[in-house]
Amino acid sequence: MRRYLVTRLAQSVIVVLLVTTISFFLIRLAPGDPFSFVGDINMSATARDQLRAQYGYNKPVLEQFALFVANVARGRLGYSQSMHRNVGEVIADVLPRTLLLMSVALLLSFTIGIVVGAVQAVRRGSWFDRSLSGVLLLFYSIPDFWLALMALLALGYWLPIFPAGGMIDQVVHDYMSLGGRIRDIAAHLVLPSLTLALLSAAGIARYQRDTLLEILPQDFVRTARAKGLGERAVILKHALRNALLPVITLLGLSLPTLVGGAFFIEKVFAWPGMGYVAANAIASRDYDLVTGSVIVGGIMVTLGSLLADLLYAAADPRLRTR
Amino acid sequence: MRPPIPVSAPAERLAASSVASSVTTMPLVLDAPLRRARITSALWWSLALIALLCLVALLAPVLAPYSPNEQLDIVALKNQAPSVAHPLGTDQYSRDLLSRMLFGARISLSVAMLAVLLAATVGTAYGLVAGYLGGRADAIMMRLLDACLAIPRVLLLVAVLALWSPVPLISLILVIGLTGWFEVSRLVRAEVLSVMKREYVVAARALGTPGPRIIWRHILPNVLTPVLVAATLGVGNVIILEAGLSYLGIGARAPTASWGSIFFDGSDAFQATWWIALFPGLAIIVTVVAFNTFGAALRDALDPHQLAGGNAR
Amino acid sequence: MADPLLQIENLRTFFYGDGTVSRAVDGVTFSIGAGETIGLVGESGCGKSVTALSVLRLVRPPGRIEEGSRILFEGRDLATLDEKGLRAVRGARIAMVFQEPMTALNPVFTIGEQIAEVVRIHGKASRREAWDRAVEMLQIVGIPGPAERAREYPHQLSGGMRQRVVIAMALVMNPALVIADEPTTALDVTIQAQIIELLQQLQSRYQTSILLITHDLGVVAETVSRVIVMYGGEIVEEAPVKALFAEPHHPYTEGLLAAMPRLGQARERLRTIPGTVPPPTRWPSGCRFHDRCPYAWERCTVDHPPLYQIGSAHVSRCHLAEEPARREHPHEPFVMQQPQRSGRS
Repeated sequence: MRRYLVTRLAQSVIVVLLVTTISFFLIRLAPGDPFSFVGDINMSATARDQLRAQYGYNKPVLEQFALFVANVARGRLGYSQSMHRNVGEVIADVLPRTLLLMSVALLLSFTIGIVVGAVQAVRRGSWFDRSLSGVLLLFYSIPDFWLALMALLALGYWLPIFPAGGMIDQVVHDYMSLGGRIRDIAAHLVLPSLTLALLSAAGIARYQRDTLLEILPQDFVRTARAKGLGERAVILKHALRNALLPVITLLGLSLPTLVGGAFFIEKVFAWPGMGYVAANAIASRDYDLVTGSVIVGGIMVTLGSLLADLLYAAADPRLRTR
Repeated sequence: MRPPIPVSAPAERLAASSVASSVTTMPLVLDAPLRRARITSALWWSLALIALLCLVALLAPVLAPYSPNEQLDIVALKNQAPSVAHPLGTDQYSRDLLSRMLFGARISLSVAMLAVLLAATVGTAYGLVAGYLGGRADAIMMRLLDACLAIPRVLLLVAVLALWSPVPLISLILVIGLTGWFEVSRLVRAEVLSVMKREYVVAARALGTPGPRIIWRHILPNVLTPVLVAATLGVGNVIILEAGLSYLGIGARAPTASWGSIFFDGSDAFQATWWIALFPGLAIIVTVVAFNTFGAALRDALDPHQLAGGNAR
Repeated sequence: MADPLLQIENLRTFFYGDGTVSRAVDGVTFSIGAGETIGLVGESGCGKSVTALSVLRLVRPPGRIEEGSRILFEGRDLATLDEKGLRAVRGARIAMVFQEPMTALNPVFTIGEQIAEVVRIHGKASRREAWDRAVEMLQIVGIPGPAERAREYPHQLSGGMRQRVVIAMALVMNPALVIADEPTTALDVTIQAQIIELLQQLQSRYQTSILLITHDLGVVAETVSRVIVMYGGEIVEEAPVKALFAEPHHPYTEGLLAAMPRLGQARERLRTIPGTVPPPTRWPSGCRFHDRCPYAWERCTVDHPPLYQIGSAHVSRCHLAEEPARREHPHEPFVMQQPQRSGRS
């Protein structure tokens, strides 16, 4: 177990390192640099060169890379040209908002996915199972931004049940009590998190259904019945407990998707998190902020899948007691 | 963009939990023919739908009532709701939405198919090499793959495209294709590892058959099925992806119409111009449903294990 | 055996699918007395496992116990009993020991939990009491260090140990009947003997009835008092164990015995029964064994034999009972004579 832990941890570090490298080069290889665009259009070429020199952009790429890695290792992600702050500070500000959105969405999507998948498996082949499969396929085939857009149009504008974007009510939030503020954020959270959750729940449900269908014909399920357990206990306790294990690995696998989805959802709902900031950074060619966002995104995904693997190892006695 | 629909049979997962080998005492004759019929019908209607969509895309110049980029009357015909003259309405530049959507089908479909073709090719090659070489080379190649998979694809695409934009269509295809092959590689490698253990491959190696020949003759034919399934499912994903990128204004270059860029052009005022948001979205959903259904049916049809109704045996 | 513990009458369990019907168990009638151990023997596919599962109605769709089947146990008909009543019988009055100890136990619960669960379901025991009972039971089935072992998971135990756990789980409520479906097949030979011995010990200690299902006549010979031989979903012979071994009547039983290695016959080549069990969707007409039988004649292909009384408590489903002379003239079975016959898919 300890060996596994150490190996897995080392792997994660390597992956993060590679993520850093890949994102650095992909972004630096793009034509132009931040100083081709900042400030006044009339800024002279020499002034731009001075800026380049000031930020080390005139050095050879490899030297820049070495410098970059050294800085990232010390937690310095550079300076955001568009927000005039350190990238680290910007990300520290917005990351919690994304984490809030994503964790709520994650919770929702797994709850929906597991319940739907389990119900389908128990009634497999029935009319109910097949129509649910159809609905899931539909959700699986909807572009994330489009569903968000439709949800926003339908429930934000036409039937204004929920606030139309943002994370807080800009006007009155600051004057609210603590409870009121929490309710305010929660109300703003409903549409984005639900949209995000519905989109990934489709894949989870399908996976859960397949897994449970593999478990149900197994001998130990029959043993449970032979013990005198009711059908509900057989499925909820004996079968589902086993079927949930593989779903934990899906948790790790679905993270990149979720991060990508969050990007669009945040943009549509103007949720001021990582995706929103990254989109703005891209629009203003804020290189350091873009690189920083991609790296932090990569770290999130890596940490998430590490966590999922550890969770799996802890949950499965066959691994835990090895 | 989506959590992966398991592409191959649950064999991989079963192998992972080897403790749970299942022995069923019941004959699982259940509803195999019924299921087969259902798979066959899904296979056919989705294929027919895909063919129809391709036909519509090809015949766009014939079918479209107007030129896709023609600004008909910027004053009188701006943001018109659907009517007889313009069945799907017009956009803020007074262009006919139906015409733009018909031409958009060409871009969306061809970008998706070409990008997936590229991804499948690169992914298969990488997976074949990694799986065949094995050992340390395989380990290194797989860690690299892990890193690529850990970078959220959307974020990477958006970063690259935004900094390079506006990109020509061919670059768009390249970039989407080159960021989409990682999962195919994984799949292929897993398949290669299992094929390599089969007797005829072991025998061929023992006889000194050169590596490339073994890969070409024995391994490649075996991995093509899962790749085909993954590719079909991938087309749907890429259509969604392209739409998302174009929605951000960094996909297909204006004024080229793609299903995504139609959103971009209408994105400031959807409350008033719902048709601009609705119709391209529906077109995307229908297309993606067709490809996903086809992919899933293809997998079921090609994988006899699943015919018993998802029972591992 | 005046009052049988379990009496099965005309049990028929069919599987539906493909527009066909598999008559896996087709009119089986037998009974088990209190404290009796009987063996149910046959090749795989003969319907013995489905019979076992049918007793507790553990057959899953598309399998179904047909109407008219009666499973009388302690004054109730299990074939028609409601779910609740059935659950009270399962695990408490009738328990099962399955073939594969590797897969019969749930991998994510400790073995203690799995045994204690039975106590919790059926007894009004506290969590603590149930656990103590589980540990005690592990001790009884001969697991060393039961208190520690109870906290372990199935994968940490050897196959033999696991089968002991399954037996502990079956006996923890002191049931009236234990149905053991091939309890030793998946185990090494030396372990097999230990498990059989354990079952016998427990049987004499608790006076439990045991229905032992096996394809291995050797296991039966030393364990049971009465043997039922099944073929083609039917009982083809039933006899006290000594009578069966001494004077097997049905040609199928004869074949099974001839295929069994015995001391003192080492040099003689073992015989096998030609052909295989036909598919349960298409049992042969007449006697279901006729195409593999060395004595079969025309009558056997059309006339389905009843169970003939051969001796006291000895019955056989073979027309030889009426024409014993034909036993003197064996011939090649039909399956061997017509190798191209395309009866099976």
